[in-house]
Amino acid sequence: MKALRATAIAFLVLVALASIFASFVAPAHYAYQFRELPDAGPSHQHLLGTDDLGRDRFARVLYGTRVSLLLAPTAALISSLLALIIGGIAGFVGGWVERIVMAATDLFLSMPWLFLLLTVRAMLPLNTAPILSVVITFALLGCLGWAGAARVICTDARTKRLADFVLLARASGHSGIRLLWRHLMPNLKPVVLAQFWISIPVFILAEANLGMLGLGVAEPLPSWGSLLRELQSYPAVSGQPWLFAPLLLFVMVVGSFHFVLRTEESVL
Amino acid sequence: MKKPFLVLSVILLALVPRPAACQSELKFVLHSEPKTFNPLLVEDDSSESIRYLTGGVLLRVNRLTQEVTPELATHWKISRDGRTIDFDLRKDVRFSDGTPFSSDDVAYTMTQLMDPAVHSPTGDAFRSGDGQVLVKTAGTDHVQVTFPAPIAGLERLFDQVAIMSAKSSQKEMAVLGPYYVAENKAGAYLVLKRNPYYWKHDPSGRQLPYIDSVRLDIVQSQDTELLRLVRGDIHFINSLNPEYFQKLTSQNPGMAHDAGVSLDSEQIWFNQVARAPIPDYKKQWFRSTNFRRAISEAINRQDLARVAFRGYAHPAIGPISPANKFWFNARLHAHPFDQKSSLRRLSQDGFVLKDGVLRDREQHPVEFSVITNAGNKYRESMATMIQQDLADIGIKLNVVTLDFPSLIERITKDFNYEACLLGLINNELDPNSQMNLWLSSSENHQWNPMQKTPETEWEAQMDKLMHEQASTLDENQRKKYFDEVQQIVWEQEPFIYLVNRDALSAVSPAIQNVQPAVLRPQVYWNIEQLTLAPQIAEKR
Amino acid sequence: MNRLVMHILRELPKHGLKLLLTLLVGCFFAATLVRVAPGFGVDEEQLDIRLSTQSVESIRNSQAAKESLPAFYADFATRLLHGDLGTSRTLQQPVKQLISDRLPETLKSVSLALIFGWTLGISLAMISVAARSRAADAFFSFSCGVLLCIPAALWALLFLLARAPERLILGLIVFPKVYNFSRNLLLRGANDLHVLSAHARGLSTVRILAWHIFPPAAPQLLAVLGISVSITLAAAVPVEALCDLPGIGQLAWKAALGRDLYLLTTLSILVTAMTLLANSVCELLGSMFHARPA
Repeated sequence: MKALRATAIAFLVLVALASIFASFVAPAHYAYQFRELPDAGPSHQHLLGTDDLGRDRFARVLYGTRVSLLLAPTAALISSLLALIIGGIAGFVGGWVERIVMAATDLFLSMPWLFLLLTVRAMLPLNTAPILSVVITFALLGCLGWAGAARVICTDARTKRLADFVLLARASGHSGIRLLWRHLMPNLKPVVLAQFWISIPVFILAEANLGMLGLGVAEPLPSWGSLLRELQSYPAVSGQPWLFAPLLLFVMVVGSFHFVLRTEESVL
Repeated sequence: MKKPFLVLSVILLALVPRPAACQSELKFVLHSEPKTFNPLLVEDDSSESIRYLTGGVLLRVNRLTQEVTPELATHWKISRDGRTIDFDLRKDVRFSDGTPFSSDDVAYTMTQLMDPAVHSPTGDAFRSGDGQVLVKTAGTDHVQVTFPAPIAGLERLFDQVAIMSAKSSQKEMAVLGPYYVAENKAGAYLVLKRNPYYWKHDPSGRQLPYIDSVRLDIVQSQDTELLRLVRGDIHFINSLNPEYFQKLTSQNPGMAHDAGVSLDSEQIWFNQVARAPIPDYKKQWFRSTNFRRAISEAINRQDLARVAFRGYAHPAIGPISPANKFWFNARLHAHPFDQKSSLRRLSQDGFVLKDGVLRDREQHPVEFSVITNAGNKYRESMATMIQQDLADIGIKLNVVTLDFPSLIERITKDFNYEACLLGLINNELDPNSQMNLWLSSSENHQWNPMQKTPETEWEAQMDKLMHEQASTLDENQRKKYFDEVQQIVWEQEPFIYLVNRDALSAVSPAIQNVQPAVLRPQVYWNIEQLTLAPQIAEKR
Repeated sequence: MNRLVMHILRELPKHGLKLLLTLLVGCFFAATLVRVAPGFGVDEEQLDIRLSTQSVESIRNSQAAKESLPAFYADFATRLLHGDLGTSRTLQQPVKQLISDRLPETLKSVSLALIFGWTLGISLAMISVAARSRAADAFFSFSCGVLLCIPAALWALLFLLARAPERLILGLIVFPKVYNFSRNLLLRGANDLHVLSAHARGLSTVRILAWHIFPPAAPQLLAVLGISVSITLAAAVPVEALCDLPGIGQLAWKAALGRDLYLLTTLSILVTAMTLLANSVCELLGSMFHARPA
């Protein structure tokens, strides 16, 4: 397991470095259109071929990794922390506070937040830099994605609140924030980690889907979401296996995150 | 002994259920649920398809020859002043529920159509001026319709008017077309069955249509549509995107049909609305003809057609596509791709290219955004390609994709946009149908709508020419006027026309008598003549 | 059993009141979100160049009349009391009719997805814990990772090519989430001292799972069950839209694109009710497992 974790860390570092130094690694700029070679297959000039506008796909994967590898985990972190704080406090305090917070959580889960995203996008000037608009999208996703996990964390916290070790801590004179922070929250780690790990691919795919409504990353900036959208049509996918390269990278990065974040409470 | 046995055998044979006669069923797909079955209120594509398949019209425009042919009207005559049209109606025709068809039904339909409370695109095409539309019937088979003012291209407009029954209890569901709506499962499919009273017969006397029923599945995804065609689940795809057409050409070339350049166009325009909430210096740019012409010359239309549309498009010239043989101004040609000429024009307006950035007289870097509808892959591709073309002359173009309602709000209500890339779907040949696009006072004069008085000389000239062509009945004179309108548009470029797409469709070899056309509906315009190959006729 | 029934009867009024209040607030928020979003009150029809200026103005005015939020609330509330949910602007049909036609389709899909997702998810989580094999655990986790990364549109395409029932896609979307939460919860439980003690006493793996690991984790697992209902409902929107399944998910997508206020508000209330119901039931059941303080 340690070897697997080390490999995962090394892979993530490699991917991060490749994306940071993309301008040196990539054979061409991600936006440049080789219009004589649209939809070309892999070659020595274009390792992963070109897209429908003749842009080097390998370059786009590298630059897209910058956007997605930075923003998706950040958004996942935001949603996990919000879930931990809101769910943890509600479960810890209990009573009417818990009931109100859980009702609000249920409401939050059901609301059509798409319209909030549309409204925020509409408030931005039209000439907003693509990177800024995608940062805002991911930040909003992070702020909106906490509700499901908060429910589970609240239930977990409620159960743990009545556990022996908490009673012992109370008896020792710990109370309030100290009790919550030092004794309860560390025990909520399994749920928080599960939430964090699930959120990364969910947010990347959400960004891909939101692109259909103009809420994704703007051209020509690539992201994994925009690259995955290439896989959404039968003509694109059939007979062009290299189109799956971004998906493969995506899977391996998400898998690596999982092996890095695996709790030490491993199977005995 | 033998005789009773024989009789018994005959009786037994008579009692044995026979296999049902083979029923043929044509299958294709609608991309959305029809919003209405009322032919007067049709505005979406799916409802339009149902209207075409079920509605009986007085006159029909042949989609292949583009000529007007008689249908429920055997003869028609337009008065010299262009205000009155007389129809002699076909006798012994019945609606699908058996109700007899007569001049009263035509009168009823026209009255409903011209009701000011009914905001029908079909009805609005007939609104030529203030005043009532008079409908007179003379017997059961003659009707006269008089309009308050002359209407150019009047007869062609009746292609869209499906006659409704004045008497039937089924209301709009009683139809005169080849099929009627037999089954409608919300969100899933519709089944149309042959109209048992359909008046048309083939030369041998056989009642049309040949195909007994039509099944229309509601399928939004073109992937699903294409796979179903290849698998033989459906018989044709009426309109295919270039990417899918290219795929089909490589897999099943026999199925792919390119009818040539269509009537549709894709274009960009700049926001020239005075009260638009954009910086004044940008408004100055957009209002300059030189600026617009320069942008136009900086765009590589050949590449747009070749790359974004996979070669299934042609550089556009103006508002009328070459597919519109009569009305197209053949003297015009596509604006050349010439970035040097583009920079020369810009320099005439004081723009200077320095260190890769184009700046205006006041040193503002030339940067603007273009909005287009998200989810339309071809428009997004075009916008991205134009972004690179303009970057070559130092202009920074920001591509902003918006969902359609947000986009409509910006271009019709807030005017909070700088440039917009959209397309125009042209269903009609006559330029009169574009009146609301070219009149400066119109809501749909997209670059600067609802002007109280024309703000430029060339818009004033266009207003004059459009009114003149609308009030003249001489087609050659009308063509002269409209050619001039096209010339003005070509020079001033309020719309920078980009490409005209090809009319692409796909047809299974199982259907016969298909003649794909450029006008909609491209494949099934002659639905009553279509047949299915005998070996795949459906059994009940 | 009596205690269970008494407990449920005691909690029911509280949950019922919570449901009602939340629905009212939900209706208000949903309508507000839709109303203030850009693109409300415009119609694609306005771009039809065949329409005269008067017609376009008339369309615009008719939309403007519906723009006032307080007027909408009042109208909606009045209609609701009479069992009328209004008419859908985009589909031109009564909202009640649309929902009654399409809800069974979605309920079918969601039920199948939950059964499939939970059966597979909880089974693999239990195997992962019981088998005590790092390799198995790593394999299951990686497989879930792969499933989480596949976009719904690609699933739709793959299922279309394989001619497989598209309803299963929802199950494949739900299962990895269920697996991950359950695996972590059960694993934490498996490392508790009393479980170690049970192992030391030689109890079988199945008995330990059933009696010593599962019950303490039950409230949390029930909470996961509750949220998996809302996850499945949310996933139903893109899946039904992509696979042309005529359910309320597809309806919600069309309504969102058309800013159909009546339809969207009704759908939001429906989804809120289903979410609340699921979470309330899970909470009620979960409360039976809470330990009492000494």
